[in-house]
Amino acid sequence: MDASLKKRLSAAATRIRMGVIEGTFNAKSGHPGGSLSVSDTLAYLYFKEMKVDPENPKWPQRDRLVLSKGHTAPALYAALALKGYFSPEEIKHLRHTGAMLQGHPDMKGTPGVDMTTGSLGQGISAACGMALASKLDNADWRVYAVLGDGEIEEGQVWEAAMFAAHKKLDSLCVIVDNNGLQIDGPVDEVNSPYPIPEKFAAFGFNVIVIDGHDFDQIEAAFDAARACKGKPTAIIQHTVKGKGVSFMENQVSWHGTAPNKEQYDQAMKELGETLAALEG
Amino acid sequence: MADVIKKATRESYGEGLVELAKDYPNLVVLDADLAAATKTGIFKKAYPDRFFDCGIAESNMIGVAAGLAAAGKQVFASSFAMFAAGRAYEQVRNSVGYPHLNVKIGATHAGISVGEDGATHQCCEDIALMRTIPGMTIINPADDVETKKAMRAAMEINGPVYMRFGRLAAPILFDDSYTFEVGRGVTLTEGKDVAIIATGLMVSEALDAAAQLKNEGIAARVINMATIKPIDREIIINAARETGVIVTVEEHSIIGGLGSAVAEVVCETVPVPVVRVGVNDVFGKSGPAAELLKVFGLCAENIVAKAKEALALKK
Repeated sequence: MDASLKKRLSAAATRIRMGVIEGTFNAKSGHPGGSLSVSDTLAYLYFKEMKVDPENPKWPQRDRLVLSKGHTAPALYAALALKGYFSPEEIKHLRHTGAMLQGHPDMKGTPGVDMTTGSLGQGISAACGMALASKLDNADWRVYAVLGDGEIEEGQVWEAAMFAAHKKLDSLCVIVDNNGLQIDGPVDEVNSPYPIPEKFAAFGFNVIVIDGHDFDQIEAAFDAARACKGKPTAIIQHTVKGKGVSFMENQVSWHGTAPNKEQYDQAMKELGETLAALEG
Repeated sequence: MADVIKKATRESYGEGLVELAKDYPNLVVLDADLAAATKTGIFKKAYPDRFFDCGIAESNMIGVAAGLAAAGKQVFASSFAMFAAGRAYEQVRNSVGYPHLNVKIGATHAGISVGEDGATHQCCEDIALMRTIPGMTIINPADDVETKKAMRAAMEINGPVYMRFGRLAAPILFDDSYTFEVGRGVTLTEGKDVAIIATGLMVSEALDAAAQLKNEGIAARVINMATIKPIDREIIINAARETGVIVTVEEHSIIGGLGSAVAEVVCETVPVPVVRVGVNDVFGKSGPAAELLKVFGLCAENIVAKAKEALALKK
């Protein structure tokens, strides 16, 4: 990836992270940890990979993104606002009474949200249905399903994985955000989903393992996913929960806790410095 | 009754899907390894490219249906009522109901008349479960004709519809002139002494009960309530006003189904006694369906007895 694109994507990811902090701080609740770990991926998807049109959110030929790990909606909302689907002001009202931005993604109320999610394990099934529709229509639009590593403890994920491979849904790309932590602790201590790549390979997926904070690896993975025919792809990305905010990194306590004013100021200062270095 | 033509509504469902496919090129049918039993196999044979077997994975099937609908397809997802409404309840609620996606659920083998398979497969809670989901339409057709007309009506609803079908052959009650409208009950016999509001397989039993009551000088109004949600308030209120007592009959638990829906309307508008005939808060049992329906009181004889009890409650 050329340096200027990488810089632009890094800046977009940083702005998404600032949106995550802004949203969860104003909501006084929400899930910053897993939102920060997936921010680079969402930046890449919305600003490089996906064919979408913020002016026409329901464009039938668009690529779809299903945030199966729906609790990390703050990152999705920040990405959508940055892309121009709605005003960034909305982020300040996240989770408020009467606000557009619900605690978990609501396709009926929020432009750019392709599927209602939040109950873990369900988004990947809907993504399979979308990919099947694309295949039935001989269309070339693709579907990206973003899952958490804790989420894949849900049995429905594996029902969907079996379906996707058997139906040869090669327009489906599953991303597992392997940040290693879930609410109750490290995933391998709670009820280990490991080894993840072997599981998806056994189900018949094209499996790619990457560092989810390295745009060169992210780009190579999505290029390979698009080129793979006859089977769905699973990108297992190693990430850091809380990535980009020093005191949130690798801390399970930041799974579902909002920053207070002091923490908000500190986080925004750090992210502001990151952004200045990228754009300065 | 040897001269009565019978057909299971699941059979009508399978045939109905084939008929719909001609007019709805976007129709896709899903099943979960029960195509031979739900009769979606009839559709699979006619339109193999538009049929997908999801295997024994009902939760995923409902999610796949949601995704297909989100991408503009019209979907019927099929399984036994136990698994479509029971196993996959939360998927129906969160992936279909909440986003109000255009998914039709074709649930067969509802109620006690599943027969020999017994309690694990005899779902008497599905109407109750589906009623709690905002925006869900619930249709429980009585016969072959109504099933096919109701399916066509369901296709014109842009939102989730739960359709309930039976395993047991049901008498064909209506002919082509029958008009089905979503949300409208149909008065089948007039009467001022008692109103019997029935749904699905129980409609023919209610008609038999009314004939027996007539011989005893009791004029029963029989109402076929195929749509359980949204319920036809007007026909219930008129029945309460004009007969003063109501008996509900369903092949479903007396908790949360037709009886509850009718009682809710009656209590809030024209409070008159409502006597519910249904499965009395117990699990099912194995046995031939025809015998079980009698054992559980889902038969004309018991409806007659309950109608008389109801009449005694009338002021």
